[in-house]
Amino acid sequence: MFEVEKINSFYGKAHVLRDLSFSVPHGKVVALLGRNGAGKSTTMKSIIQLVRPASGSVLFQGQQMIGLPPHKIAKLGLGYVPEERRIFTDLTVSENLMVGLQPPRDGAVTWTQDMLFDLFPNLAERRNNRGKALSGGEQQMLTIARTLMGNPRFVLLDEPSEGVAPVIVEQMAQVIKQLKSEGLTILLSEQNLHFAQAVADLAVIIEGGAQVYFGTLQDLGAHPEIRDAYLAA
Amino acid sequence: MEFFVAQILTGLANASSLFLVACGLSLIFGVTRIVNFAHGSLYMLGAYIGYSLMQVLPGMIGFWGAILLAGVIVGVIGVAIEMLVLRPVYRAPELFQLVATFGVILVIQDLALIIWGPEDLLGPRAPGLRGVVRIMGEPIPKYDIALLVITPLVAVALWYLITRTRVGVLVRAATQDREMVGALGVNQAWLFTGVFALGSALAGLGGALQLPKGGADLMMDFNILPPLFVVVVVGGMGSLPGAYLAAIIISVLNVFGVAYMPQSTLVLMFVVMIVVLMIRPYGLFGREEVAGEHGQAGEPERPIKPASDKIRLLVTAGIVILALLPLYGSSFAQVLTTDILIFCLFAASLHFLLGLGGMVSFGHAAYYGGGAYVAALLVTHAGSPMELAFILAPLGAGLAALVIGWVCLRLTGVYFAMLTLAFAQLLWSLVFQWGTVTGGDDGLINIWPAEWLKDTTIYFYFALFFAVGGILVMRHVAHSPFGYALRAARDSERQAEATGINTKQVQLLAFGFAGMMGGLAGALFVFSKGSVFPNELEIARSFDALIVVFLGGVKTLSGGVVGAGVFKAIEDVLTRFEYWRLIMGLLIIFVVILAPDGIVGSLRKAARRVGGLKAGGEE
Ligand SMILES: Nc1ncnc2c1ncn2[C@@H]1O[C@H](COP(=O)(O)OP(=O)(O)O)[C@@H](O)[C@H]1O
Ligand SMILES: [Mg+2]
Repeated sequence: MFEVEKINSFYGKAHVLRDLSFSVPHGKVVALLGRNGAGKSTTMKSIIQLVRPASGSVLFQGQQMIGLPPHKIAKLGLGYVPEERRIFTDLTVSENLMVGLQPPRDGAVTWTQDMLFDLFPNLAERRNNRGKALSGGEQQMLTIARTLMGNPRFVLLDEPSEGVAPVIVEQMAQVIKQLKSEGLTILLSEQNLHFAQAVADLAVIIEGGAQVYFGTLQDLGAHPEIRDAYLAA
Repeated sequence: MEFFVAQILTGLANASSLFLVACGLSLIFGVTRIVNFAHGSLYMLGAYIGYSLMQVLPGMIGFWGAILLAGVIVGVIGVAIEMLVLRPVYRAPELFQLVATFGVILVIQDLALIIWGPEDLLGPRAPGLRGVVRIMGEPIPKYDIALLVITPLVAVALWYLITRTRVGVLVRAATQDREMVGALGVNQAWLFTGVFALGSALAGLGGALQLPKGGADLMMDFNILPPLFVVVVVGGMGSLPGAYLAAIIISVLNVFGVAYMPQSTLVLMFVVMIVVLMIRPYGLFGREEVAGEHGQAGEPERPIKPASDKIRLLVTAGIVILALLPLYGSSFAQVLTTDILIFCLFAASLHFLLGLGGMVSFGHAAYYGGGAYVAALLVTHAGSPMELAFILAPLGAGLAALVIGWVCLRLTGVYFAMLTLAFAQLLWSLVFQWGTVTGGDDGLINIWPAEWLKDTTIYFYFALFFAVGGILVMRHVAHSPFGYALRAARDSERQAEATGINTKQVQLLAFGFAGMMGGLAGALFVFSKGSVFPNELEIARSFDALIVVFLGGVKTLSGGVVGAGVFKAIEDVLTRFEYWRLIMGLLIIFVVILAPDGIVGSLRKAARRVGGLKAGGEE
């Protein structure tokens, strides 16, 4: 379904991703793990082409993503939920969702605002509030909901548990499981191993922009030394 | 009371075009982050096209149809400009975009001249709306009443589009974070083009709609800019209600100004603007803008080092060759070289401000022309000896720069650029309107140098001394602690403040200093020509300097001087053609797109590519 092969990405002269490879099978949730600064967000951006890898390939449904503009990639059904959330603070919740709206897509759920308000009940009451009036957790929900409005087949979720209250983290885990059960494929970046274990099937661990582990989460459980070496406590 | 009401109604009617044009500018800026300096040209095209259409389309339907059609056609022209000129430079620093839009201004100026000729065209009256109606006994033109109805309708339609439709939602979202809008699957390119089309159409509509109250002429493009920028700055960039309110305030004020203080209308507009900015720096409805890139371009700047011995030798040799010119050059060559020297000094003073200080001034002619006028006024009205006038001219220009800089430096980025331009245009208008003192359009003549300087060769040396001296002084200042503080303030205001630099004060001083140097160039100019006319204060003159700095390369110290030489040479060739603006405009657009590092920057890059040039050396 989705394959990253030997990508190298730079910020100016800083070499941030080094020959990074991994793949995401259809219908699975893959956790992209690594310490702060390991290159998780850069990996996400290199997929959606907000950062353009200098070499390597990013294949989505067999098609090369490198070189495509981000809007074309989104139109192919690849959704991106940025770490910084980047909601439109002057727009209402409802309008934020409207920005994400895309036509229905074969093999993906066709989301409506009402379905998303069922998924995130907190947002329903705030639908006419401006983005800037939302709490951090609500903003996180909104940014996910906004991407889902595009009816994606595959979603990049960059640290959805970061900086939100434990109850919300719990809610996020439920949502991810539900999305997976509806057939969505997800690449989830995380520093929180606990959260990853709750929702993911496979894990990629990166350190200094290079892959140091790729396998199931169960196997990772059997190798505490990898966990201890590359993940924060 | 009756008179009062009538005045307000007239003001509201006058606000109509201004509002439409300002809305267009605001919309375009909001989404694309480009201040379209060619917006005035689109307004002018709207008027011309509307005029031509009204000649062929008959009757009432023809009249209104012509206005609408003019809007549509200008919208299409806007699309062409966006796709051909702006798309390639969206990622470039804002200075490039501004220069590119200036190229467009030049092209449109000549195209309008070619198509419609140099005569002012008197706008036709609106069929069926020729007379006046009496409101409380005061005569109000019927067309004004029509405008009073139309403007709110257009405003409401725009408001509906922006707040109630998906397109409006996308526009607002893109105003905040275009990249994210793209990542959500929206093709920004088309959004930009669409907004540009709409904004341009509004400008065209504004131009056509004012026809019965005015007409069409070739100065409309620059003349609309000051009120336009004032409206946008007062209302708040990107805010439609702000533009509406500000257009009304400015227009009503203008009408009262004309009634009570006819000489002071322009000044009044600026007083209002200054008061508003004191209270609300980002306008009535605006919000803080992230400061622009401050004229920086491309890759990070290489540290500016004192010149190496080789370069020093080269420069010295150049100066010697120049100094020996009277031995081998005709007196005509000496006059021409004097012109070039003066222009180099002028450009270098802007380069100091822009390259070193990161302050993109769009009105630097204010100090050049200002210096020339200070000297000329002293000679004409105070009978001052030339030497005294020559010394006081740069001081006067510097003082003006301090005052204007004090206001403009409250803002940054594009707001700053717009304000500097508006002030320059204010000075121009003052000189133009205040004929009894300044001679108005006829200028001031018989401003000759002192007896001992009358000889062409001696004046050439005089100019050589001051131009080279001035440039060397600026170089020296650039390498002084003050120069470092200035660059620190440009690169990171916060870091500079943290190291104890009072950035605003440093920038203000630099602004005053650059103004003074511009004034010196102006003083050299006026005594070399013996006269001065308002066009030395024109927007076009400011742009000349800006293009020169841009041509030379913003980030190289020598950029201003090299650019000035090349520009004068090109100008000398081009002005022999009737439509040199067209060629110049196209040239600028090509340079912006193809050689964004300027001449010096591109040469340097090429040299590095070819010879693997060792780490620098040249200045
Ligand atoms: N815009 C940027 N410019 C320069 N360096 C960056 C930028 N964004 C991230 N980096 C650097 O790239 C590395 C990887 O960052 P990132 O991908 O954000 O890591 P993570 O998401 O795993 O915390 C870090 O060293 C970070 O400092
Ligand atoms: Mg990250």
